[in-house]
Amino acid sequence: MDYIDYYQILGVDKNATEKDIKNAYRKLARKYHPDLNPNDDAAKQKFQQINEANEVLSDPEKRKKYDQYGKDWEHAEEFEKARQARSGQARGGRGQWYSGAGPQGDFSDFSDFFESMFGAGESNYRSRGRFRGQDLSASLQLSLEDSYKTHKQTLTVNGKNIRITIPAGIEDGQTIKIAGHGGPGANGGPAGDLYITFSIAEHPRFKRSGNDLYLTTELDLYTAVLGGEIVLDTLDGKVKLPVKSETQNGTKVRLKGKGFPIYKKDGQFGDLYVTFDVKLPTNLTERQKELFRELSQS
Amino acid sequence: METEELIKADDFCTHYEVDYSLIESLQDTGFIEVVFIEETYYLHSSQLRLLEKLVRLHQELGINLAGIEAITYLLERHEAMQSELRSLRNRLRLYESNL
Repeated sequence: MDYIDYYQILGVDKNATEKDIKNAYRKLARKYHPDLNPNDDAAKQKFQQINEANEVLSDPEKRKKYDQYGKDWEHAEEFEKARQARSGQARGGRGQWYSGAGPQGDFSDFSDFFESMFGAGESNYRSRGRFRGQDLSASLQLSLEDSYKTHKQTLTVNGKNIRITIPAGIEDGQTIKIAGHGGPGANGGPAGDLYITFSIAEHPRFKRSGNDLYLTTELDLYTAVLGGEIVLDTLDGKVKLPVKSETQNGTKVRLKGKGFPIYKKDGQFGDLYVTFDVKLPTNLTERQKELFRELSQS
Repeated sequence: METEELIKADDFCTHYEVDYSLIESLQDTGFIEVVFIEETYYLHSSQLRLLEKLVRLHQELGINLAGIEAITYLLERHEAMQSELRSLRNRLRLYESNL
């Protein structure tokens, strides 16, 4: 556990007035407040540090104790007891800093340094009775195949297993809320919510754009010229695809309803776009080359 | 018929230590809707999260109503742009893979 320089965190010097501290806190809080920086863990962490620094420096008693012991904070309690014994001014212990309730929601994470020096739960950041629990965020990586079908997954959040249903068609970067699965509330307050952001991994063959899928498939010259039928492997199994004669390289065809399932719309799908990549034959025999020459002259 | 839990506006104000005038102002600017039943004002529980956020912006950052309006508008725009960026990135990947 390291010493934390609260003055440095707020960007003020040790002689800063209460007003300087308040202004510095306001300025930084506006920059890093979690409500203004949604889904930004770095900003959230920074805000917690700023909040902790303000918690100490804006309270004259705490600031005095912090200034007095500084880097010797580990011995603060011993010094305090010895000093009190000497002066005979026994105080009401640490209780004087208690404000009856812990801090609210996202801002409850004070450092070990803070808790060692001032005790846990001594924040006067909020002085209310019941508190809604902290909202938690988690991320979950899925393959394209996983997100193609509605399925259940078990997540471990804060040591608890939560079984969730992931609807087919979920998008990369989409966030879903699991109500009541965040941090527990305090003093009978409701639990917070859990927010899960999905990250869908790239697929080697299929590309997804919204509800549509894109696929490039090789087509041999003869089928491209004469027409025929090919069998495609889609995410929903094999599909027979007729090929028109004289199909050009790069031709794109649409298979209606063979794309990605539409989120929370059962039985509805986007389209699959197939681009043909016509491959020319190689290792031709003399006879085959002769036939191509005949063709070119006909 | 769908039912929705209502929260007494007074309870909310006591719990969050805010003056009822803030709730009134937020209603006037169209952020939230207040229901009046038998001499009592109620809030929709579905708007609680939004209301908590607005109160936090007001109390913790000292932002006034006009500021809250501007911030909310900009955050909505930011979210829409993030969503568009995500979608464009996906489309770009599609074209890049065809190069």
